[in-house]
Amino acid sequence: MQPFGPILSRALGVAALGLALVVPDIARAQQAPAADTLGAVRSRGTLVCGVNTGLAGFGQPDAQGVWRGFDVDYCRAFATALFGDPNRVRFVPTTAQARFPALQSGEVDVLARNTTWTLSRDTSLGFDFTGINFYDGQGFMVKANLGVRSARELDGATICVQPGTTTEQNLADWARAHNINFRPVVIERLEEVVGAYLAGRCDAYTTDVSGLAATRSAQQRPDDHMILPDVISKEPLGPLVRQGDPRFADLMRWVHFLLVAAEEFGITQANVEQAAQQDQRPEVQRMLGRTGDLGRMLGVENDWAVKVIRAVGNYGEIFQRNLAPLGLQRGHNALWTEGGLQYAPPFR
Amino acid sequence: MSQSSTDPRLLRAPPKRRLRLSWRDERVRGIVWQVLVVGVIGAIVWWLWSNTVHNLEVRRIATGFGFLSREAGLPIAESLIEYSPTDTYFRALLVGLLNTLKVAVVGIVLATILGTLIGIARLSRNWLLAKLAGIYVEVIRDLPLLLQLLFWYVVLQNLPGPRQALTPVEGIYLSNRGLKLPALVWEAAHGWALLAFLAGIVGTWLYRRWARARQMQDGQPRRVWPVALLLMAGLPVAVWWALGAPWVVDWPVLRGFNFRGGTTITPEYFALLLGLVLYTAGFIAEIVRAGILAVPQGQWEAAEALGLRPAQVLNRVVLPQALRVIVPPMTSQYLNLTKNSSLAVAIGYQDIVSIANTTLNQTGQAIEGIAIIMLVYLTISLSISLFMNWYNARIALVER
Amino acid sequence: MADTTTRIQLETAVARVPGEASAPRKPPVTATGFLGWLRANLFSSWINAAVTLVLLYLVVRWVIGFVEWGILNAVWSVPAGQTQACREVQGVGACWAVVTEKHRFILFGTYPYEEHWRPALVCALFIGLYVVSAMRRFWNWTLVPIWTVTLTVIGILMWGGVFGLPYVPQERWGGLPITLILATFGLAFAFPLAILVALGRRSQLPAIKAICVLYVELIRGVPLISLLFMASVMFPLFLPEGVNIDKLLRAQIAIILFAGAYLAEVVRGGLQALPKGQYEAAEALGLSYWQKTGLIILPQALRLVIPPLVNTFIGFFKDTSLVLIIGIFDLLTAGKTAIIEPAWQGFGVEVYIFVGFIYFLFCYAMSKYSQNLEAELNRHRRR
Repeated sequence: MQPFGPILSRALGVAALGLALVVPDIARAQQAPAADTLGAVRSRGTLVCGVNTGLAGFGQPDAQGVWRGFDVDYCRAFATALFGDPNRVRFVPTTAQARFPALQSGEVDVLARNTTWTLSRDTSLGFDFTGINFYDGQGFMVKANLGVRSARELDGATICVQPGTTTEQNLADWARAHNINFRPVVIERLEEVVGAYLAGRCDAYTTDVSGLAATRSAQQRPDDHMILPDVISKEPLGPLVRQGDPRFADLMRWVHFLLVAAEEFGITQANVEQAAQQDQRPEVQRMLGRTGDLGRMLGVENDWAVKVIRAVGNYGEIFQRNLAPLGLQRGHNALWTEGGLQYAPPFR
Repeated sequence: MSQSSTDPRLLRAPPKRRLRLSWRDERVRGIVWQVLVVGVIGAIVWWLWSNTVHNLEVRRIATGFGFLSREAGLPIAESLIEYSPTDTYFRALLVGLLNTLKVAVVGIVLATILGTLIGIARLSRNWLLAKLAGIYVEVIRDLPLLLQLLFWYVVLQNLPGPRQALTPVEGIYLSNRGLKLPALVWEAAHGWALLAFLAGIVGTWLYRRWARARQMQDGQPRRVWPVALLLMAGLPVAVWWALGAPWVVDWPVLRGFNFRGGTTITPEYFALLLGLVLYTAGFIAEIVRAGILAVPQGQWEAAEALGLRPAQVLNRVVLPQALRVIVPPMTSQYLNLTKNSSLAVAIGYQDIVSIANTTLNQTGQAIEGIAIIMLVYLTISLSISLFMNWYNARIALVER
Repeated sequence: MADTTTRIQLETAVARVPGEASAPRKPPVTATGFLGWLRANLFSSWINAAVTLVLLYLVVRWVIGFVEWGILNAVWSVPAGQTQACREVQGVGACWAVVTEKHRFILFGTYPYEEHWRPALVCALFIGLYVVSAMRRFWNWTLVPIWTVTLTVIGILMWGGVFGLPYVPQERWGGLPITLILATFGLAFAFPLAILVALGRRSQLPAIKAICVLYVELIRGVPLISLLFMASVMFPLFLPEGVNIDKLLRAQIAIILFAGAYLAEVVRGGLQALPKGQYEAAEALGLSYWQKTGLIILPQALRLVIPPLVNTFIGFFKDTSLVLIIGIFDLLTAGKTAIIEPAWQGFGVEVYIFVGFIYFLFCYAMSKYSQNLEAELNRHRRR
């Protein structure tokens, strides 16, 4: 047996140990009917939120490994609505390619990952978008010394773009419509496509304007880069969930409306406690749970709204905290009362 | 296996035994084992399959290959055939397949040449050359290919921009937009010349056969190369000349953002090709070295003693024997190179994997997308295997 | 070809030496010692001399260039995040500061900073495990407890949650430990699978043989990357609703399936290389199939294939870097992520050299070991 020993023994030992290592993983996999996402999340006690692998302003771990960003704050708001605690959420970074399978398979409960709402994603991929938390559009960024002032001047240019996104298709549509010839450089990973642009492999880099602003502001000399004024597409971004549990989708939807309505009513992280006690406007009283039982209709505690706003602030505050530092203006994302598109249905 | 060379008397049919339903009957045990294994594997497959079908239904994911005829809308940087984003997914995938073949075929040819040279260099009497070749092989084989590809891509990206392009020779520009070469404006005459060249190859081959056969009869060696030169170089030139000798070269010119005209080797293709060739050449070098070492020293000496010229020793004695050792492992290196070309997706060269990947991302149909990738590679692998087996069988016949 | 020419010339030269050697003369200075070595190995002919000189020139130039770039002009450290000094020397000198600053991130990824001693210890344990397994003294059953204990300790160290170690979820693991885990567990699980498949492929039972052939050829016919894609986007569809497995484990399964097919071919090579007499003798003794296989065939066959086994393992070790493409945080991914930060953008070459050096250390050690082992085993066989 002497010569046979090493290999067989190695194999056996490792098999036994591997099993020991794998068991916790399998134990963590939950058995739950897909239709009842809400119940599954409740019984687990944490929300699993799919976020970007690293996009400044939207979802990115900071130096201490804590997730920060606009989408991340939405995840925290969802967790607070569900459990009253903004920390009961686990963030799963997903690539552009893996995000949809991750949501379909139940690896994540909700995807808040700057994803564009399109008809085919809503239907043939089997998702429900729960609102538009950011109105975006696709633009171009070029180096300032290139001397280009408008996207129309990009004929013959080499353009860096990420594949598998609506960006890629919009670019093709736009170029065709304006009779512009371009050479694409198509690279999947965000850091790599940005790297290619910075290295001068491409003349222009195209993605959503918010993404361009994030990339630009992260540069050492942001003024070396210029975002062209042309916006070539509509990119309504929002959180999405699997089809099949309308109650869960409703909750996600109304968390967004809550954040918008709170801004409209001037309720902020700082004054929400006070408003819950003293505000005399009937709709605010209903919204914050002082009167009526709107919270219970949604399937959560009646003071859910107070907790959510105390945890993350209102829509304007979230925007200010995460996106304003990138140099993004409110634009379409201003409230409808200020000429923007953010509008919440009544809390009644 | 154990039956093949036993005494023929033992190969007679054993006496007919009735199949006893007992565990001690070897045939019964065999059947039970097979039923068991097939049953278990079948059950697992069925379980996975039914899960998948159920999941697809519940998650309302579309199935089937209907998307192939839909408009793809994805821009592709380089294509061997006419392509625009308005074309269908099918055509986009076809472009991807051709891009894969483009890098695989060129890569196999270059890696074979480089690998053979390095393999011979490792056996050189020149100590320095042999050592350097040895270091090359060791280093290149101990680094992950993906790392090498990323490294080359970064190196190519750090080249100067088009306006400060390196110009080793007038008309050739190397910049971070790739390698710009002057291109010949293609005309019908060139096509005919190419055809003549192919005919020349066939003619040379026929002549060589004839010369061999004659040599067998009269013992007179005949020179092949003058005829080869005439047929493979003279004939195409003559055809081209006869058709008016068109010669218009499209020189690359810097205009606007980039060069216009000429032909381009993109940094993505260049990095992929460079990485694949350098990596695979390291393995091929070892195969070639082992193959040459496998030819006994006595064969060299005997051939030299017969008074053969060094080239003849290599061509007539050593190579035919070495090739028999070399070809089978070489086949698997060719397969590896082809499969490794799928790493293109990491550096933005749009091969079949990259395009299928984008397709499955846009349509959400993961199963179909991955099935396409696997089918393509299985077909390519099978084709290379069949070709190399055929070639192997051919050179094996040299043995008498 | 140049070689044979020179040999013929040398031999004719020898023949022309006058034969009336009355007393043994000393060989000329140019034929012995260092000069003789030089002459024989570097300057034996005009062509050789030219090749030597050209190569020498290139090597010297390249070495000088590298020393200038990598050592003399290099920047070794900068104050936190201030890469100005590096930007100034870009092109003429290396910026090793990126490695000095980020080496812990590259090695251990997003693992909590103050807990970095744990993955460091894990790497040391893995290396110790390889060294012990390579020693022939331990090639017996004692390896079982050694592996079991080591891998358990590795698991405890990585996860924590007991003995006062804080729990670290798998999402935060990264860097070198991930590479080592993927490669080692890949081999450990693939190996028993490979033995079964190799035996199955040589089986007389047609159904079993067909299944094994199908598995091996299917897997070997497609690139690893397609299996990893499958693990990342398709695998979740295979499982019943609500059950899902961790991303790392899915990639690990793909690597095991991949490694199993290649190892099976290695093992099959060993089974085929065994003289037929061994099979027949075992049968003649009246041993059952499993007795024959376990006691006679496998011990000998596996011994034959240890060197190619190590080579295959080197291949997997390198191939684990492909998980980069599906976004798992191994050594290479960590290296790439380290240079996303705008301050450090553009220093990819330095980071790739650092990461490459780590891969090289592991692979080179293993390949040297395998070469020595092969030589040793061959000697044993010849005796």
